[in-house]
Amino acid sequence: MTITEKLLARAADLDACRPGDFVTCKLDMVLANDITAPIAIDQFREMGATAVFDRAKVALVADHSTPTKDIKAAQLVKKMRDFAREMGIVNFYEGCHGGIEHIILPDFGLVLPGDVVIGADSHTCTYGALGAFATGVGSTDAAAAMATGECWFRVPESMRFRFSGTLRPWVTGKDLILYTIGQIGVDGARYRAMEFVGETIENLPMHERFTICNMAIEAGGKSGIIAPDDTTKAYVDQRAKRDYVMLQSDADADYAECYDWDASVLEPQVSFPHLPENARPLSAVGEVPIDQAVVGACTNGRLEDLRLAAEVLKGRTVDPNVRCIIIPGSQEIHLQATREGLVELFLEAGCVVSPPTCGPCLGGHMGILAEGERAIATTNRNFVGRMGHVTSEVYLANPAVTAASAVLGRIGGPDEL
Amino acid sequence: MPIQGTVHKFGDHVDTDVIIPARYLGTTDPGELASHCMEDIDADFVKRVRPGDIIVAGRNFGCGSSREHAPIAIKAAGISVVIAATFARIFYRNALNIALPIVECSEAAESINAGDTVEVDLKGGVIRDLTTGQDFAFAPLVGAAQDLIQAGGLVELTRQRLAAR
Ligand code: SF4
Repeated sequence: MTITEKLLARAADLDACRPGDFVTCKLDMVLANDITAPIAIDQFREMGATAVFDRAKVALVADHSTPTKDIKAAQLVKKMRDFAREMGIVNFYEGCHGGIEHIILPDFGLVLPGDVVIGADSHTCTYGALGAFATGVGSTDAAAAMATGECWFRVPESMRFRFSGTLRPWVTGKDLILYTIGQIGVDGARYRAMEFVGETIENLPMHERFTICNMAIEAGGKSGIIAPDDTTKAYVDQRAKRDYVMLQSDADADYAECYDWDASVLEPQVSFPHLPENARPLSAVGEVPIDQAVVGACTNGRLEDLRLAAEVLKGRTVDPNVRCIIIPGSQEIHLQATREGLVELFLEAGCVVSPPTCGPCLGGHMGILAEGERAIATTNRNFVGRMGHVTSEVYLANPAVTAASAVLGRIGGPDEL
Repeated sequence: MPIQGTVHKFGDHVDTDVIIPARYLGTTDPGELASHCMEDIDADFVKRVRPGDIIVAGRNFGCGSSREHAPIAIKAAGISVVIAATFARIFYRNALNIALPIVECSEAAESINAGDTVEVDLKGGVIRDLTTGQDFAFAPLVGAAQDLIQAGGLVELTRQRLAAR
């Protein structure tokens, strides 16, 4: 069996399962945010539910529109907060206590290897980086799960992506996943589990593994998964407050498709509008002037991402025509970035540093694009109108390329500085 | 009773950000959401759509964000069924959960034209293009998806399950 099949079988209390089987799993965590929770709360009540299945296994995170951007957003967050209090939900996070859901859940030790998790947010697949099965659902699924603690799944076929070789300078996990999506397309892994293996992946630190699994959904994947190892263990052991299990795929596991790629030849990747699959190597980008650069989001808002951007911005100045917005992914990351002097460095370079929020990533607030404006961003989606006006454009890249582009005033890499 | 309506046609990879842009997610009211449905790829859609109309689209319909506001907006706009070559997974689940009928059929998605009058027999698994006279068969839902449709959505199904406990 693959690790995904083992995770689902275990949570369904079965010895084994196969792709195509329908299974009902016990859930270790159910997540919703300030966009999806309000509908989930209505549906929860419609179902006649009066209590959540486990007060410690529900996480409600207000991150999309926080600090609350307008009255409507404030009402939605209030509705969540009131519900969390009424139900006694332990893991309710907003503003100064939290950050972006997919950054804080792993960082706070709320998701661990071996878990089965659903979240009313498509990037819930991020937690696959821990060796958990995690997938996005909508509000009604989250509501039913909050009430029952269970969810049905069709066991997905798995695809295996093997990367070998040492990465070149400025090439990161972000580039591996943009390259992957570029190769297979935005529906290339539809309904499937994307398993990332090989020496390149084994050598990646946790934050880059999160970035890779975060974007599995951008290839249509049901989940992304990386088998847990010593790197995972080192990350988890500082955080876990309960036991966990580390599973692996069997050597003879079946895969629907397998890819083997030499990562040592890859350049940093840039995904052109308006689909993440439009990935090009940096050298093939050409002259693309930009109006905005954003480092942040659940994809690349971790401390190490900020350090990478800082390495590029150190002693340099952002182009006067560019708004450069740095968004630490959580309050804890913001604090640590401040302690390390990164925030000062960003401000000196001419960036603004925002409190943790999804903000511009979904075109919410804190850096919305005008007609025809162009942004380079470490986010994960570049759909039509995603960051603002319907004619604006988003180019996806890693933090180093994004920071270098902010200085250059056009898309380019650190080596051009 | 088969569904019958006029077709509104869309291409591949219609994402939930264009079905209902984030700038309208300040509300959960179906009517308000419906008034902005598809606005960023088809500004006139909301004006043209009539109750019972049908969306026909290409591959990977509903990709992107998990926002249930997307199928809610489509349903509240009056759309009776969405036919697509393929659906993105979360949208597919969400549609079943809120009892918005969806049909996966690539031949129909390719052949049916905008403005055609189309009839869909969900139980019988047949799509009939009354304008061109073409018929298309599709596979009925299986497993948990079938249970959801029979119950009329996940709210109802969960209500029954909770009551039975
Ligand atoms: S940062 Fe962007 S992609 Fe991530 S959860 Fe927030 S809105 Fe979604």
